[in-house]
Amino acid sequence: MAERRRPRTGPWRRVGRYGILCVLAVIVGFPVYITVVNALLTPQAIAGRPPTLFPVDPHWGSFGQAFSDFHLGLYLRNSAIVTLTITVAELVTAVLAAYAFAFMTFPFRRTLFLVCLAALMVPMEATLIPNRQTIGTLHLFDTFPGLIVPFLASGVGVFLLRQAFLQLPRDLRDAATLDGLGHLRFLVRVVVPLNRPIIGAFGVYAFLSAWNQYLWPLIASNSDKVRTVQIGLRQLNSLGIDRTNVIFAGTILAALPIFVLLLAFQRQLVRGLTAGAVKG
Amino acid sequence: MTDPAVVETSGSPRRRRHRAGREAVAGYLFVLPTLAVLALFVVYPLARTFWLGLFRAPPFPTLPSKFVGASQYGSVLSSHDFLASLGRTVVFVVLTVPAGLLLGLALAVAADARLKGIRIFRTIFSSTVATSVAVASVIFTTLLNPTVGLFSYWLGIKGGNGVLMNNTWSLPAVSTVTVWQNLGFTFILMSAALQSIPEELLEAARIDGATAWGRFRAVTLPLLSPTIFFAVVVGIISSFQAFGQIDLLTQGGPAGHTQTLIYFLYQSFTVNHDPGTASVVAAALFVILLVVTLVQFRFVEKRVFYG
Repeated sequence: MAERRRPRTGPWRRVGRYGILCVLAVIVGFPVYITVVNALLTPQAIAGRPPTLFPVDPHWGSFGQAFSDFHLGLYLRNSAIVTLTITVAELVTAVLAAYAFAFMTFPFRRTLFLVCLAALMVPMEATLIPNRQTIGTLHLFDTFPGLIVPFLASGVGVFLLRQAFLQLPRDLRDAATLDGLGHLRFLVRVVVPLNRPIIGAFGVYAFLSAWNQYLWPLIASNSDKVRTVQIGLRQLNSLGIDRTNVIFAGTILAALPIFVLLLAFQRQLVRGLTAGAVKG
Repeated sequence: MTDPAVVETSGSPRRRRHRAGREAVAGYLFVLPTLAVLALFVVYPLARTFWLGLFRAPPFPTLPSKFVGASQYGSVLSSHDFLASLGRTVVFVVLTVPAGLLLGLALAVAADARLKGIRIFRTIFSSTVATSVAVASVIFTTLLNPTVGLFSYWLGIKGGNGVLMNNTWSLPAVSTVTVWQNLGFTFILMSAALQSIPEELLEAARIDGATAWGRFRAVTLPLLSPTIFFAVVVGIISSFQAFGQIDLLTQGGPAGHTQTLIYFLYQSFTVNHDPGTASVVAAALFVILLVVTLVQFRFVEKRVFYG
């Protein structure tokens, strides 16, 4: 987002503003800060009073223990498999459907689009129980497909991308038709490249939603071989108070990939999260 | 909804019809994957949720469930468990939505300045987008642990049950964690909206002698109202769906004091093996969220000022 110009303020007001910002930053950032500090302390030091607020003699072993004693590596791998598959699938299915709804004519197009819109309003909790039964019937309980298949398509994605595709000038499709470009090639060569920002924004949104899923993986799996990191954190949570440093280290390692990713894709994240909220 | 113009095609009527037929086939192929998944995992299960609510779970899991018709809807929806869960959910919404909105807005306003190093503050304020509900809940479970938790120590709690297992304070504690975890999202939302306000409007108000607070009330707030409205609706919906923090922080306890609708649904389904009751709760949850969404559609253009 472009930086808006603000008039320069006087030095005292600036100091005041910095003061407010620092207080707010301490309040918001403290839980994360103390997590990092505690990950580097021994469980005894964490429980010690008065509390240690700075990592004075850092012990790095907790991070290794999070991998060795608690299957963090496996959970992260499972999360990566599930999340990447869902993200790619949602992007492909949404791009195809959005294109068809925006550029092609076929009977019941409006009705079918309304189905997608309606699906967008159905919370996942309302379909949880039958979906758990469906997964059982298909023998997909506790498998990767069971965690993935219900999320191969996204009503939100179809809606967002169709809105964007409709903004493309009509002449573009006419010119492509004259050039003998079929729908698929027009989609791949023209529509997708021109809509990279919104597709990227939806991709980041889809990735984050899939990565953060909690209820469905909890209900649709029961073994470590497919469980995602969010459910792994549930196990971590019950480690007990003599392993608090490992608990804190584990949460850091669980959040770190997303933190790095979001730093890299900040622009897409902001667009993805604010799509639909800010008009224009 | 705008209907996209149909591309004019050339050639004889028969060729044109042929081409239209081919386009229809291609169109169906393009929408097929999406519609197949939505049909199997959204439309069908939604209908089935309402259907399952008509069956009572057997006393033993191996016996067949019994068709009892709408009576189960009546008994579940009027039960103490359901009404208490609904009440707690409403309290949870009241505790999380306004506080989260005000804090997010305050952060966005504070960070809306041309200062050196402002990017660092913005990164800190939006950082909780990276901490999932589960990550936040695990951190706070330990920080609020009555024996070793730092926050418990600061709150003057020595031993005992701690706030998470306290009848009065468990729900406010879960709400606080939720507000903190959502701050990053609200901050990003509000910041984007603030930055889309044209500087000329604020400048004009400044020239007219409006104070900072006056400018905020007369210019900024009205222009932010669509985003605030959106944040409130999204906040209400996500509070109704809040599950991970309750599962990790309190498991619905102590003695059901943090059992919201969704947790009631989960326990009926997984612990009590009662898909009938769980389905009635799911149906109720669906209707409530549908009403919230429709209210949004109905009022968004009317009540809220668009710049």
